[in-house]
Amino acid sequence: MVATESQKSKIKIQNLNVWYEKHQAVKNLNLSVYQNEILGVIGPSNSGKTSFLKTLNRLNELYPGTKTDGEVLLDGENIFTKIDKHLLRKRVGIVFALPLPLPLSIYDNVAYGPRLHGAKKVDEIVEKALKAAAIWDEVKDRLQTNAFKLSGGQQQRLCIARTLAVEPEVILYDEPCSGLDPISTLKIEEAMQELKKNYTQILVTNNVKQAARASDRTAFFLMGELIEIGGTKQIFTVPRDKRTEDYITGRFG
Amino acid sequence: MDVKLKERIAFSILLIATIIIIMPVVFIMILVLLRGLPAVSPEFVFGMPREGMRAGGIFPAIVGTVYLVLGTAVFSIPFGIMAAIYLNEYAAKNWLTRVIELAIINLAGVPSIVYGLFGLGLFVAFLNMGVSILAGSLTLAIMTLPVIITATKEALGAVPRSFREVSFSLGASRWQTVRHVVLPNAIPGIITGAILGLSRAAGETAPILFTVAAFYLPRLPRSVYDQAMALPYHIYVLSTQVPNVSVKIQYGTVLVLVSLVFIMNILASWLRARLRKRKTW
Repeated sequence: MVATESQKSKIKIQNLNVWYEKHQAVKNLNLSVYQNEILGVIGPSNSGKTSFLKTLNRLNELYPGTKTDGEVLLDGENIFTKIDKHLLRKRVGIVFALPLPLPLSIYDNVAYGPRLHGAKKVDEIVEKALKAAAIWDEVKDRLQTNAFKLSGGQQQRLCIARTLAVEPEVILYDEPCSGLDPISTLKIEEAMQELKKNYTQILVTNNVKQAARASDRTAFFLMGELIEIGGTKQIFTVPRDKRTEDYITGRFG
Repeated sequence: MDVKLKERIAFSILLIATIIIIMPVVFIMILVLLRGLPAVSPEFVFGMPREGMRAGGIFPAIVGTVYLVLGTAVFSIPFGIMAAIYLNEYAAKNWLTRVIELAIINLAGVPSIVYGLFGLGLFVAFLNMGVSILAGSLTLAIMTLPVIITATKEALGAVPRSFREVSFSLGASRWQTVRHVVLPNAIPGIITGAILGLSRAAGETAPILFTVAAFYLPRLPRSVYDQAMALPYHIYVLSTQVPNVSVKIQYGTVLVLVSLVFIMNILASWLRARLRKRKTW
């Protein structure tokens, strides 16, 4: 899928700046995320990828000293002023770098979100979410087992299922495969391709090849600035910026 | 000097220091058991004191101490836990929070006789509760609060930050996060801290001296406004205020109090070990 300007923007970011205390993590960012695409975000450590990601569901506000300036529009609505942050986090889910199951059973992990929001038919939601995260077959006979008993890759897919269970519109991934083996990584990437039909996804990754494999468009961040964004194929074959080329060919970072 | 010799010297000194530390406990236990055990009988535990406390049992003092521990629990545990949740989960890191935390640390350092006088002034006199189980429980509760707050804060702080972040990321409010993720995982530490705080309250004499303790009341308390005998004060009375009390009765009473406190401490350790085994992270 090659992105075109005519595509509908799910998230529109305008002049976004993010600070932690005195450190500016994101600098004057302008970017659109299209409906149903997978946007890959690459860049070295401290390039502002995770700060950018956690601003999109205002999770960065949990860290004291965070300051944000600029606009992020979700379906045209400003997430800082027009949308309640709890509702925002329900609409924009996140999968963290390390698999972080809660110390509950497999079932209760997935049911946690729906129960918070007063969902009925929790059983159905849990099953649907586990199926969408491609882990249902592996856990359907032991839903009451503690989630920590699963392998790392299974835990991460469980976490994806948990995120899906609150029925978000956007899913953010913060280096979701950083601790996983190649086969688990592949399973997660396959699950993401399936999820494209219904969700807009943003994949922050330290693994350049993963962005090349999994994303439709790729953005390259450096020192808090967006250096380049474009179709993944273009970025990886004919990058416009020298720094992008240096990074993806492994010359720094 | 060669390394091996140094190592042996260090090991020996550390071991001896540890043994010296446990010796007082061991001696107290042996002494109390040897001298007190002959006095302990069903009649001693469940009987009323007779002949000006020189004979009979100590049942009213046991019941009084149990009531005081329960009263202390009722007042100190809910407030202590709520304050700790506020401080650990809600409070902004500003000067007010620091003042409150400093106050709690200082509260823990106040001598117990000061609590006794404070309880006399506030609860007994000013709030007109009289010398009563209510006034004594409230006084002990204030003394126990810092222990419970500190233990609860530690237990809450030991719950990984990431659990909270996950909960928030699913759209949970702060209270939902505390209620469903933080508290269930902090409960073992909170229970242990609360029991240890209460076991200390059970053995305190000074705070109950003016607020609840009855010198000699050979019946059970009838309401929370009643005075009550209590084990620590009874021991003080038996050993200093009443002439010709047999050593057996004195030590028997001590044995009962020490056993009560020990049972609570062992219960706390057992609960902690049991709940920790269930913990999976």
